[in-house]
Amino acid sequence: MKPAVRTGNHYITGDVACAEGAIAAGCRFFGAYPITPATEVAEHMAERLPDVGGTFIQMEDEIAAMASILGAAWTGVKTMTATSGPGFSLMMENLGLGVCTETPCVIVNVQRTGPSTGLPTQTGQGDMMQARWGSHGDYELIAIAPSSPQDCFYHTILAFNLSEKYRVPVLVMADEIVGHMSEKVVIPDAREITLVSRPRPKGRKDRFRLYQPGPDGVAPMPAIGEGYNVHVTGLTHDERGYPVMTPEAQEEMMTRLKGKIRNNLDDIIRTEEYRMEDADIVIVSYGISVRTGLTAVDEARRLGYKVGLFRLITVWPFPEERIHAIAARVKGLITVEINLGQVHYEVERCAHGQAATYLVGDAGGKIIHPDKVVSLIQEVFQP
Amino acid sequence: MSANTQPGIDHQGAHPLDDLIRTDRIPHIWCPGCGTGTAFSSCLTAIKATGIPYNQFTMVSGIGCSGRAAGYIKIDSFHTTHGRAIPFASGIKMARPDLNVIVFSGDGDLFAIGGNHFIHAARRNMDMTVICVNNLIYGMTGGQVAATTPSKAKTTTTPFGNPDAPFNLPLMAYAAGASYVARWTILHVRDLTNAINEALLKKGFSFIEVLAPCPVNYGRRNKQKSLDTLRLYREKTIIRNGADPARADIDFGRGVILGTFIDRDRDTCDELYDATCRRNED
Ligand code: SF4
Repeated sequence: MKPAVRTGNHYITGDVACAEGAIAAGCRFFGAYPITPATEVAEHMAERLPDVGGTFIQMEDEIAAMASILGAAWTGVKTMTATSGPGFSLMMENLGLGVCTETPCVIVNVQRTGPSTGLPTQTGQGDMMQARWGSHGDYELIAIAPSSPQDCFYHTILAFNLSEKYRVPVLVMADEIVGHMSEKVVIPDAREITLVSRPRPKGRKDRFRLYQPGPDGVAPMPAIGEGYNVHVTGLTHDERGYPVMTPEAQEEMMTRLKGKIRNNLDDIIRTEEYRMEDADIVIVSYGISVRTGLTAVDEARRLGYKVGLFRLITVWPFPEERIHAIAARVKGLITVEINLGQVHYEVERCAHGQAATYLVGDAGGKIIHPDKVVSLIQEVFQP
Repeated sequence: MSANTQPGIDHQGAHPLDDLIRTDRIPHIWCPGCGTGTAFSSCLTAIKATGIPYNQFTMVSGIGCSGRAAGYIKIDSFHTTHGRAIPFASGIKMARPDLNVIVFSGDGDLFAIGGNHFIHAARRNMDMTVICVNNLIYGMTGGQVAATTPSKAKTTTTPFGNPDAPFNLPLMAYAAGASYVARWTILHVRDLTNAINEALLKKGFSFIEVLAPCPVNYGRRNKQKSLDTLRLYREKTIIRNGADPARADIDFGRGVILGTFIDRDRDTCDELYDATCRRNED
């Protein structure tokens, strides 16, 4: 077998970095379906997985790819798939099954532009609300947005760790630029990488209850064949995992599904700040658009504006309280994203009228030029 | 009400399949006269007959009346999404090739919404046993036309009769690459059980079609009482092992062929993956 962690300095794309991050995180099963601009994740996994004792399979469509990683996850392995817009749409059905059955897995979405086939080879951030709400029903999950190939490596590991800890599908919401650009990626020594594995059951097997939560709200998860005789269903179920068709059972299940995320926001949410100390204008951004924001901050500062950047590493769950607190002390919040307003409306909701909110968006296909942000600042604010 | 308190039922002796049933989930949802339960108990008997420890089996179902089977069997079992049992099961099999994977589901689930998954799993010779309870209709949703409904049959969405032709399932399984293909009815319990047992022990993609009555949603609209359907199974079927699957259309007028159509050996998906992709070079 070859080493799972390729320690060293590399010059690789974000897609390849996602794959390397996954393998470093312990991912040993990948269910694939080719789609631009995420194909290279699959290609790299196809080459790497058999050499580290893992399994790669290219399925017949993205529905099957998503189904396969859920099934494989119940054998006790860490699993992943990667896709883009149209494939992401097809995965929504089984993404919901993953949420409902509390199956850890990671889905990388290297976003392109939609709707429909859109601009398959060009960037976009238009799937952010689909990431949040795309599968039917009410639920919580976690979505992370990398801004660089280096992020792709670490954020994929983070995605696995959160997914295992909270038994929830985690989305890595990259985009075509981050996925396809090559940059320096430093892969540390394996010992420096912290890995988390799903909580495992202890005690008597005949008394085991599949969804009886531990102190953090997450239930231990057995693997197939260990003798726990679990029944796993996408129907509304009780703590035993048995279907119960009542509003009371639904409420109990939803309370647990939402609670394990909502009650652990401090542990889950990750943000970063740049020149925020004295800022009275704050750019909110995530993913590739963070790089637009960083340049815009420096440029506007040069012109005398006190601008800072608030970066969402985890976009979902949304850092509601942080945005609310920032809005209380600034003049304006500017969301930069490659769509015509998705996360912007979340910022507006959380600002709650305390600060003006603006969108610098784009219909898709290109990164937003920092000048567009600086022009807006010059237009609506005094230095 | 739990089964243990139902009047008129003798609970003294345990049923021989009790060790494979989630007795705390009984009564089941299947209607009186439904064929699914018989197919299910054949499956359990066949599992038992293999002598393989139960925890080396897993069952995956899709959605529909037969899809509830996974909820009644007392092994690790999965009730997944509509049509997706096979790819879910494929993930299990490829991650843990030592497990015996059974897919138990209905014709609507496996051959309409899940048809694409079926042919690809057969093509790859995914080492699993797929049991399809074919009642010619969508039972759970109240009797709509399926990909298996005979031409001219009345359903809630073909009130003037089905204008379309049904699939020949054994032919499709054979053409797509299955290693083992058989068809029985729930009247042929012993043959069915033996066939499932054979399929479980068979390496590769095994497919068993089980003809089963749905008196509530198919029979009622097509002038077939439960017993009429069973009479057809007895009088209008021809047992012919090794028959050409191309002649396996379901036409009770002409006679429906039952038996083992295909039993052939071919490397499985996981074997081929190991042989082809695990290079073990330095
Ligand atoms: S509706 Fe038909 S298939 Fe479903 S349980 Fe009733 S008889 Fe069986």
